[in-house]
Amino acid sequence: MYKVGGLLNRVTKNEIIKRYISSGTTFKVQNGNTFKINNSRGLLVNGVCSSSSNSIITSNNKSISIESLYNQRHFSSSKSQSKKREQDDDDEDNSKLKKTDKLVVQELKELIPVYSIMNQDGIVSQPDQDPNFSKEVVTKMYTTMVLLNTMDSILYDVQRQGRISFYMTSFGEEAIHIGSAAALDMNDTIFAQYRETGVFMWRGFNVDDIVNQCCSNDLDGGKGRQMPMHFGSKRINLQTISSPLTTQLPQAVGTAYAQKLMGEKNCTIVYFGEGAASEGDFHAAMNFAATLSTPTIFFCRNNKWAISTPSKEQYKGDGIAGRGPNGYGMKTMRVDGNDIWAVYNATKLARQIAVEEQKPVLIEAMTYRVGHHSTSDDSSRYRTIEEINHWKENQNPVQRLKSYMLRKGWWDEDREKAFIAESRQTVRDALNRAEKQKKPPISELFTDVYDKLTPNLVEQQNELLDHLKLYADEYPLDQFSNSTINK
Amino acid sequence: MLKNLVLSKSIKLTLNVRYFHSSTKLKSGGASPISYPSLEIENAGELQKMNLFQSINNAMDIALKSDPKACVFGEDVGFGGVFRATVDLRDKYGAHRVFNTPLCEQGIAGFAIGMAAQGATPIAEIQFADYIFPAFDQIVNEAAKYRYRSGGQFNCGSLTFRTPYGAVGHGGHYHSQSPESYFGHTPGLKVVVPSTPIEAKGLLLASIRDQNPVIFFEPKLMYRSAVEEVPIGDYEIPLGKARVVKEGSDITIVGWGSQMRVLLQAVHMAEEKLGISCELIDLRTIQPWDVETVCNSVKKTGRLLISHEAPKTGGWAAEISSTVQERCFLSLEAPIQRVCGYDTPFPLIFEKFYVPDHLKNFEAIKKTIQY
Ligand SMILES: Cc1ncc(C[n+]2csc(CCOP(=O)(O)OP(=O)(O)O)c2C)c(N)n1
Ligand SMILES: [Mg+2]
Repeated sequence: MYKVGGLLNRVTKNEIIKRYISSGTTFKVQNGNTFKINNSRGLLVNGVCSSSSNSIITSNNKSISIESLYNQRHFSSSKSQSKKREQDDDDEDNSKLKKTDKLVVQELKELIPVYSIMNQDGIVSQPDQDPNFSKEVVTKMYTTMVLLNTMDSILYDVQRQGRISFYMTSFGEEAIHIGSAAALDMNDTIFAQYRETGVFMWRGFNVDDIVNQCCSNDLDGGKGRQMPMHFGSKRINLQTISSPLTTQLPQAVGTAYAQKLMGEKNCTIVYFGEGAASEGDFHAAMNFAATLSTPTIFFCRNNKWAISTPSKEQYKGDGIAGRGPNGYGMKTMRVDGNDIWAVYNATKLARQIAVEEQKPVLIEAMTYRVGHHSTSDDSSRYRTIEEINHWKENQNPVQRLKSYMLRKGWWDEDREKAFIAESRQTVRDALNRAEKQKKPPISELFTDVYDKLTPNLVEQQNELLDHLKLYADEYPLDQFSNSTINK
Repeated sequence: MLKNLVLSKSIKLTLNVRYFHSSTKLKSGGASPISYPSLEIENAGELQKMNLFQSINNAMDIALKSDPKACVFGEDVGFGGVFRATVDLRDKYGAHRVFNTPLCEQGIAGFAIGMAAQGATPIAEIQFADYIFPAFDQIVNEAAKYRYRSGGQFNCGSLTFRTPYGAVGHGGHYHSQSPESYFGHTPGLKVVVPSTPIEAKGLLLASIRDQNPVIFFEPKLMYRSAVEEVPIGDYEIPLGKARVVKEGSDITIVGWGSQMRVLLQAVHMAEEKLGISCELIDLRTIQPWDVETVCNSVKKTGRLLISHEAPKTGGWAAEISSTVQERCFLSLEAPIQRVCGYDTPFPLIFEKFYVPDHLKNFEAIKKTIQY
């Protein structure tokens, strides 16, 4: 099956060749260079591609015109492949179901275990599973976690002072962020929910980038239009975050399909909460990913709470992971989200399956939301301080990695103190800079609704301009860039 | 282009010749406090100071007490809701009648429809109006057509969806929208938007007891800020009836929800600066809306302004405007004015410029009067 799909209708022959060449495909071009093409099931289609004659010669000497690629026909009619396909289908087919004369009501029997390899003292139970990163890399992981913590504490308070409009902390979920991000490739596409700041930091979205977005200034790539925490960055391959929950899941399946279509050796990872997993879009996404076999990693952060709703009121059965293998026929792992090495190993394996087998994978990382849901929430209304402290003290993911480093003699309290002080300074400096920065030009209110301003938008922009001229001193014009006013 | 908005000397002149000046401080975050006229409830009995979320809570308390088949549910409803509107109700009526649902709006809507079809009285909360869209199919294709498609055999009329809507100053795209006209466009649904605590209680009780599915949009900006002496007893305010908040003779001004305060401020300004008299109408029910009250007023004043936060194009003002034009053409002395949000998503940092504030409304009133 060569699933080329609609996208090819819009690419030229040269683009096809270029895409498959760049993705390592097996096409032979007339001039003697050999290339490979991955088909949708990870099989190779061998052939010779003549760049001059608009045709491809397959290994059994059939000539296929490039145009016919557009019609998806030839590769799917290849005999050996259709046989293979039948076999594949049989695996999932009803004929595999056993018959029984016993009337048994099936109930949940076994829960998927939690993969965990490092304990709170930083001891790795299976040394061969320690990813064995160098001192430099582990230090970077740890300090990113500490910087994230420090920034979260400061920005939370800064919101309380009314200097930014909103904030969400990641306390307790640091190992998920860094462990998963470290296992990805920079060209992998990221979709996130909102509590994944450490993932973005690991990929080079720095404190300035974060603070500029929170201050809605003109250095924010999103032009100040969205609430704080709704980051998006082409540079780090992060699709812009949207508040409506779970909408990013089916989208992540679409991007993964496009990656596969274009023969990229990359995948898409999509993060979401266990609460978000109750939305219909979760089901749609899992089912699409499974049936269309896309390189998508579904990464669920199960932090036990969705605002005030505990996970036991959110779902029954074997959690989110339990939905994977039997529900959607999807490869699935459940990991200790506070164990950075467990998270790293699981994500790395998931990525390998996604990219090499072109199949989706579900990961459920078990953790705990230590902070309030957001600056709009007071979690003391619905949970006890004892519960929070239990997680903070006995399962702390940052502390766990610190213990690991202390054991190795890679870290000490002096360095810790110095680094925290440095982090505080970094955040404060970034904040001072960001607050001095002007807001985006008022004209940006009307841009990007469409690719170009439509007539009604032009008219409305002019209306606003006239209005502002009339009432210049009634609006905070001087806070916005390019909107100078001579009073 | 606004991009190069450099307002120089020529504008300084304009500013100098302006003979009016608003006394309100928009820069420091919204309008100055104005006292909005409270609705008189007949035989009101005992009164209690309540803000908007408390009066809504009080209405649900009465509904739960008076109707044993009534239930209140939605995301985070159990502990009192993210806006505190359901606070204490679970303790009072039990977790079988006041409960959290899984995080799924289409589920909430479909579940509510089923309950209603079986004779219960569901009062479902959608946490933000911005998040009602996953439930759009259930509401528009199912709830709205339930009675019609069964030839009147079945209905889900006992259901009510409550949901907070509108600008709050920091909500951005997804905590600010006013989606009333999407639902007003659907035959079979009633759409209600209250503007004060007293109104909210009476309208919510009427919505819960109305035998049609009702979407009740609560102006979340006012949950805490609007406070009135609310009757603690059971009372209803009929759906489909507008309220003339203030009588006047020169122009009719129509709005609903939190926009009413903005409009009252514009009215004060216009009466003071222009020496005119404005009639201010709170539509209260978007669908079915009170054509009679609005048209009678326009026939009297000859002028109409409608204002809402939702984008102008396809907003409910367009519907009102074309109906009034059909019925009052010969009475109109000036083009009908629509002062609305722009045709863009709701923008966080540009909110002050985006919203149809009292100054924009004042200018539109002036334009109409001077036409
Ligand atoms: C469609 C939709 N419904 C409701 C909300 C309001 N809301 C925002 S976050 C949240 C809870 C999400 O919990 P979870 O997915 O577990 O993520 P966590 O906050 O625990 O990281 C809710 C209900 C929303 N943003 N979108
Ligand atoms: Mg959660």
